[in-house]
Amino acid sequence: MAIYQKPHALEDVSMHFCPGCTHGIVHRLVCEVIDEMGIEGDTIGICPVGCSVVSYDYFGCDMIEAAHGRAPAVATGVKRSRPDKFVFTYQGDGDLAAIGTCETVHAATRGENITIIFINNTIYGMTGGQMAPTTLPGQVTQTTPFGRDPKVAGYPVRICEMLSTLTGTAYAERVAVDSPAHINAAKKAIRKGFEVQKNEQGFSIIEVLSTCPTNWGMTPLESMERLRTEMIPYYPLGVYKDITAEK
Amino acid sequence: MANERMLMKGNEALAEAAVRAGCKCYFGYPITPQTEIAAYMSKRMPKCGGVFLQAESEIAAINMVYGAAATGVRAMTSSSSPGVSLKSEGISYAAGCDLPCVIVNVQRAGPGLGGIQPAQNDYYLATRAAGHGDFFLIVYAPSSVQEMADYVVKAFDMADKYRMPAMILTDGVLGQMMEPVVFSDPSDSTVNKDWAATGHKNERKHNIINSLYLQPEELEKSNIARYKKYDIVKAELPEAESYLTEDADIIVTGYGASARIVRSAVNAARAEGIKAGMIRPITLWPFPAEAYAKTVDTCKAYLCVELSMGQMIDDVKLATSCRRPVRFFGRTGGVIHTPAEILEQIRTIAKEELK
Ligand SMILES: Cc1ncc(C[n+]2csc(CCOP(=O)(O)OP(=O)(O)O)c2C)c(N)n1
Ligand code: SF4
Repeated sequence: MAIYQKPHALEDVSMHFCPGCTHGIVHRLVCEVIDEMGIEGDTIGICPVGCSVVSYDYFGCDMIEAAHGRAPAVATGVKRSRPDKFVFTYQGDGDLAAIGTCETVHAATRGENITIIFINNTIYGMTGGQMAPTTLPGQVTQTTPFGRDPKVAGYPVRICEMLSTLTGTAYAERVAVDSPAHINAAKKAIRKGFEVQKNEQGFSIIEVLSTCPTNWGMTPLESMERLRTEMIPYYPLGVYKDITAEK
Repeated sequence: MANERMLMKGNEALAEAAVRAGCKCYFGYPITPQTEIAAYMSKRMPKCGGVFLQAESEIAAINMVYGAAATGVRAMTSSSSPGVSLKSEGISYAAGCDLPCVIVNVQRAGPGLGGIQPAQNDYYLATRAAGHGDFFLIVYAPSSVQEMADYVVKAFDMADKYRMPAMILTDGVLGQMMEPVVFSDPSDSTVNKDWAATGHKNERKHNIINSLYLQPEELEKSNIARYKKYDIVKAELPEAESYLTEDADIIVTGYGASARIVRSAVNAARAEGIKAGMIRPITLWPFPAEAYAKTVDTCKAYLCVELSMGQMIDDVKLATSCRRPVRFFGRTGGVIHTPAEILEQIRTIAKEELK
């Protein structure tokens, strides 16, 4: 009996992610959920501009590549024209929380019945490690060489907290992928997001605290440690909104 | 209201015709002088099972169109000049993905916030630089309320046929003007779109809608293939109206609202014994160069009339191979030329060029 297999919804191709990058884990989790729900043939995914830009080659469902930050608007067009399909976006923090903030907030407040997988790695990975809207105070990046100074560069955005204030947001949870327990919880949250969409309950977002060993200048193990000791305290894990739990 | 005559505003006639052409999704954002299109769609779409959504910006609206078009449905957005600047990113992506969709630009005066009065200052934007990268749009320039209706249908049909975005380039005059209109029977909007992202039902490999090619050779190949398609479009699509051009010494040319005024001026010139004629391009891209080339041997001079500082005139010079003088008369900022002003220009040309 096979106890560990490649999910069907994950294409059998080699991924380009750096060694130790958590993008791969999250891709796998999304695909496991798609497999378990048996919805690959009825799912349309939208990938962003960022390190997951070519994820259309990895996800086995029909895929659309969006312009930088516009994935929630593209997803809106897809969902409105094909309301019977599952529609998800997969976006980094620069994509979702900087250039695409407007599209993100309005998709949420409209209660757009889509699921967003949001990768928060506190950095712009693809362009070589510049400050992201989520970069922590003091964090050194290519464009904050002396550490992010909030007096100059402002403060990090907490997306789940922000979006949970919007009536249209049905489900918002922040998870991490630094340990088996957290990875299991992350998968549950992704599943929950797709279930919310299935039940036509509105906008769901799963924020995944992730690592970028390459641009953090750390080993994969050190990266996991940083995620635990620096990111989780600033970005507490948990369910920020769940209308299915409200009575 | 099958084929009866109705009195409608240009913007509303365009919207109604789009619905009849099978437009399933409309995404827009308010801006004068095109807001009637959104207002009309907001009433009409829910009644026919279509989608109307007011987007948070023109950027979002064009990306919603991109998403809807990627799933294979007919989708449209409309705006006016400043909003179309914002759409240019999305238009480029749609062109790069070979997505059929329709963008309406009811032009107003610019640059910048400019003014809300009619203009034709986005000719370059529509025909040359609707976004970054090597690509073109099919561009139709209607000149009456009837044509607002007819050409939006054609824009959908041609966008589907050639798998590329199409634009209606019109202006505040035509958008706001009321004229009788008769709607034609709906066109066949059930084109086979086996490339679309509709969910593969586990029956085929996944479809990917994408304009990213990381290998330079691959991207070059895709661009060359698209330009081969453009060659076919250039051979098949150019459309123009030629009016009294056969014996014309002076040909006045203009599109859209300008053409309406040009026609009056040409008639007035004829009444004075000046042999004037008119060429009115209906497709701005592909530009109907042949209509001009046919006249170069007999015509002595051209006058290009635009509500701009002179944009289409470049194409007129190219189409006539600069073999005859091409003069320009334009008003901008929302000011509209009168037939008398154009007639005066024709008289001057007659005096100076027809000796
Ligand atoms: C309009 C536009 N601006 C800028 C870029 C350059 N760019 C590509 S990826 C990227 C940042 C992506 O960072 P993030 O969303 O955090 O994703 P990650 O790479 O970390 O996964 C930027 C700025 C672009 N492609 N398009
Ligand atoms: S640059 Fe960072 S986010 Fe991108 S693939 Fe490498 S490790 Fe992952």
